[in-house]
Amino acid sequence: MRNVWIICRKELGSYFASPIAYLLLTMFGLIFGFFFWNALGYFVLMGMESQMRGQAFPMNLNEEVIRPLLSNASVIGLFFIPMITMRLFAEEKRSGTIELLTTSPIRDVEIIIGKWLAALTLYACMLLFTALNFAFLFKYGNPDWKPLAIGYLGLLLQAGGLLAIGTFISTLTKNQIIAGAATFGVCLLLWVLEWVSGYETATWAQVLAYMSVITHFESFSKGVLDTKDAVFYLTVIFLGLFLTARSMESLRWRS
Amino acid sequence: MITVKELTKRYARTTAVDHITFEVQKGQIVGFLGPNGAGKTTTMRMLTCFLPPTSGAATVAGFDVLEQPLEVKKLIGYLPETPPLYPEMETAEYLTFVGKLKGLSGAELRKRVDSVCERCAIADVKTKLLGKLSKGYRQRVGLAQAIIHNPDVLILDEPTAGLDPKQINETRDLIKGLAGNHTIILSTHILPEVEQTCEQVIIINKGKVVATDSVQNLRNRARGAESMLVEVGGRNGSLDAGAVQRRLEQVAGVSRVVVKQSRDNRDTFEIESRKGFIRGDLARAVVEAGWDLNELRPAAMSLEEVFLQLTKAEEPSPEQVEVAVKGAE
Repeated sequence: MRNVWIICRKELGSYFASPIAYLLLTMFGLIFGFFFWNALGYFVLMGMESQMRGQAFPMNLNEEVIRPLLSNASVIGLFFIPMITMRLFAEEKRSGTIELLTTSPIRDVEIIIGKWLAALTLYACMLLFTALNFAFLFKYGNPDWKPLAIGYLGLLLQAGGLLAIGTFISTLTKNQIIAGAATFGVCLLLWVLEWVSGYETATWAQVLAYMSVITHFESFSKGVLDTKDAVFYLTVIFLGLFLTARSMESLRWRS
Repeated sequence: MITVKELTKRYARTTAVDHITFEVQKGQIVGFLGPNGAGKTTTMRMLTCFLPPTSGAATVAGFDVLEQPLEVKKLIGYLPETPPLYPEMETAEYLTFVGKLKGLSGAELRKRVDSVCERCAIADVKTKLLGKLSKGYRQRVGLAQAIIHNPDVLILDEPTAGLDPKQINETRDLIKGLAGNHTIILSTHILPEVEQTCEQVIIINKGKVVATDSVQNLRNRARGAESMLVEVGGRNGSLDAGAVQRRLEQVAGVSRVVVKQSRDNRDTFEIESRKGFIRGDLARAVVEAGWDLNELRPAAMSLEEVFLQLTKAEEPSPEQVEVAVKGAE
């Protein structure tokens, strides 16, 4: 456990010593802020319209603002995750520092979990920035906080799974760009798989749609903690980290 | 301290290390010598548990590298070919990180960081980014990193590569200073380095051990040969190399005379002798024949030549190695 913490601290140090962390925080914050602004603008317009017509629409901040925003955040996340994970192992392999880690008296799994935790922490920091937007919502509105908390939990779980996959892909190459591009491709694929359910109801389409990370975010965005979806994300996390461990082992036999 | 038995590493197409066997006693400094691509780095990587061997076994202080890698890793300090530095870290920060990885903490860790900085002469760059350090400093930080936890065994892959002559000397002194308490294996393709720092030499070529001996023995073997270089000049006019050769061959004890070089009236001959000291007779023979004796010196076979002989043979079998070494005697 101590070793996991040592690796995690070192990785976080690397993120924040380079511009990458600040760039990601800024971009994510900006884009999310823009979405927030849009959602709020739309919400205000709806409110005015309903007043003008003299009929009371059921207006709910959770339904009209928070839910679409969480869904958007989950998709924006897909674009940022490759940038977080691409350097994790590729960089160490390129510079040879992987030799330091693997000849130190720590286990592979401690290295892997440490790095993954650091990536997840950086993503959590990015989410923390978005919480600023919601803070305004709570100051001037009266939304329910529980669905929001569950939504954030869902975002973290989803990111955890994709980060684990990204970590795995990073062990496969010495080239950060390749690792990043491949991770981006996989993230994108795991997003669009859901689309097949729009026109096809056969079993294969259901299976494909089930594999999409977006499908499972649906319940979280509604503020519902569905065990089935949580288990899906945990499975992806486990699978990603497991593959990383296997890949590191095979790296030794091959290199 | 370290035993290696029939250790082999095969890659898809090549065999990098081919059934090598050797032993290193506690407290020794062993030089791992071989041309580039001989399998030095691969062997070291197997000893440090970075690479698993294809077959064979290696143990460090009784721990097997495959069965108990964590125990082995605790005992080993390792400096890879390129120092494993994180460019975005500061020197002291990096050493603290490595110290923690090796299991140090608290006051002890701080003490060790200070002491290795002192020892490796990097105290003045403690707060500099590693990415901004010069090659020499990077190498020394790498060495500091290897000794941070005061390991019993030190494995250094070309520790003096990229250093300037002064730093090379300092590094060698540092390594020598570490001997005694530490068992050290260092790889190099620079011979004087082995002569100066090591007690024991393992010469490997194409993945095979071609010689294992103490530096002293190898050097004695090399110098056992009594071989002489004589430069003779013509007194006036031209010089007949053939005549000189014939004359030299008549000197008692000379077994072979070879013309090494011949240019404008000055010929150099290499003379091998069976008998011990014949320099006086050679000088007399040349002068009495009316030629000039420009130079007369023993052509001591250097460790370099032994090394070249040992590593030149395509597939050196143990017999050939014997011959190569005996040939020098």
